[in-house]
Amino acid sequence: MKRAIVMDPKDNVATLLSDVDKNDLVQVRTGEELTDVRIQQKIQFGHKFAMERIDKGEKVVKYGEVIGKATQDIQVGRHVHVHNVESFRGRGDLP
Amino acid sequence: MKISGYARPDGSIGFRNHIAILSSVSCANDVSLRLGRMYPNAIVLTHRQGCGQLGSDKDQAARTLAGLGKNPNIAGVLVVGMGCESITAEYLAEEISKTKKMVEYLVVLDEGGLMAVLPKGAKFLDRMLHEASQIKRVPCGLEHLTLGIKCGLTDTTSGISSNPATGIAADRVIESGGTVIFGETPEVIGAEHILAKRVASPEVGEKLYRVVNACEERVKASGMDIRGANPAPGNIAGGITTIEEKSLGAIKKGGGKTLQGVLGYGEIPEGKGLFFMDGPGRTPEALTGLSGAGAQIIIFSTGGGSPAGSLVSPVIKVTGNPRTAQRLEDHIDVDVSSITKGEDTLEKAGKRIFQELLNVAAGKATKSETLGYGMISIWNIGPHM
Repeated sequence: MKRAIVMDPKDNVATLLSDVDKNDLVQVRTGEELTDVRIQQKIQFGHKFAMERIDKGEKVVKYGEVIGKATQDIQVGRHVHVHNVESFRGRGDLP
Repeated sequence: MKISGYARPDGSIGFRNHIAILSSVSCANDVSLRLGRMYPNAIVLTHRQGCGQLGSDKDQAARTLAGLGKNPNIAGVLVVGMGCESITAEYLAEEISKTKKMVEYLVVLDEGGLMAVLPKGAKFLDRMLHEASQIKRVPCGLEHLTLGIKCGLTDTTSGISSNPATGIAADRVIESGGTVIFGETPEVIGAEHILAKRVASPEVGEKLYRVVNACEERVKASGMDIRGANPAPGNIAGGITTIEEKSLGAIKKGGGKTLQGVLGYGEIPEGKGLFFMDGPGRTPEALTGLSGAGAQIIIFSTGGGSPAGSLVSPVIKVTGNPRTAQRLEDHIDVDVSSITKGEDTLEKAGKRIFQELLNVAAGKATKSETLGYGMISIWNIGPHM
């Protein structure tokens, strides 16, 4: 079974511990709790996917902390990475 | 817990027994390298600094170079200077000699040039190598250990496995009376509020915020998004999306003890326990800063893997990425990918890292040592004049 891990119950993303293809069912561990999530696209080992719908502008949460904000709407099971998340910090490019 | 090491005249303990040839300035590197070829059992510490630096950059380079010489892993130092630089060989020799270890210095322009300096240097090195070879290991406690911790080529497995497992080993060192230094200021951006909750005094918390803010202000002054520089392309390929995500995983490598102080780059801590050192995440500068601050051994937690080492301090490479453990076996000392695979606990993996630390303290060569992989590079913020 393909696997993923959620670092904190407050998180809205999970980290993949396997390479996954579209429509794969992934077993996600949050502490002792296991849930299954259907993946919507091919994603690499170590990358993240959405555990719940994340709207554009909404905070992305991992380790129970804010790691950035969504730059577009992200559906459950879709890849969450640099193409749809930006940092709040270290932004010399912003006015 | 008893380990063993080489007793130095100042009461410190080395876990290696090096003789070092140290350039005071980049212009002296060629002389140091030639002496190093004549005496391959000496380590050669060359770098790009020592002159044309402004204010705090000069102070920082001088402190770090002296710190490298003072590192207890080094039994004796030959400092090589040019004679016209701002960080002089004489100054470094005087600073290092405060530890009462063997120190000599040579100044190329004063001695009459390269050909005059080589036989003199050879004589010093010959004597120091003979002396060092007769120093025996003695039993000692872990309170003599300063452990440096760094993470590099981070991917998302770092925050899940190798960093928190390394943190467990770090906690064990502190519980045994030792000292731990971790750093990489850009990789605290977005996680400073977590570290600031466990500081020994409000001043330590304020200093932590001050160095992290200064780091972020340098990014802002550049007009750039930090992403691309940090997280670097290799981090992004490994699944790290933002600096906040990287930082939240990175701070776990230091463990969970109270932060006793915030050090300047290459600054030797006063007292025992956990310290944070200001400085960049880039590997050669980060490792050099830790060796300069007195770390006799460094743990390097990595996702994607790296051959990196320090010439002064053995570097133990730990990965939690199963592919890296397999693909880069020649560079990885401890494989904790069993955590990532769900087959092991962090506690058990942390114990294995701690055991490897004891093995390396006792003399076991790390992968980067057997490969002879290492370099010195000193953090410089401003321009060279």
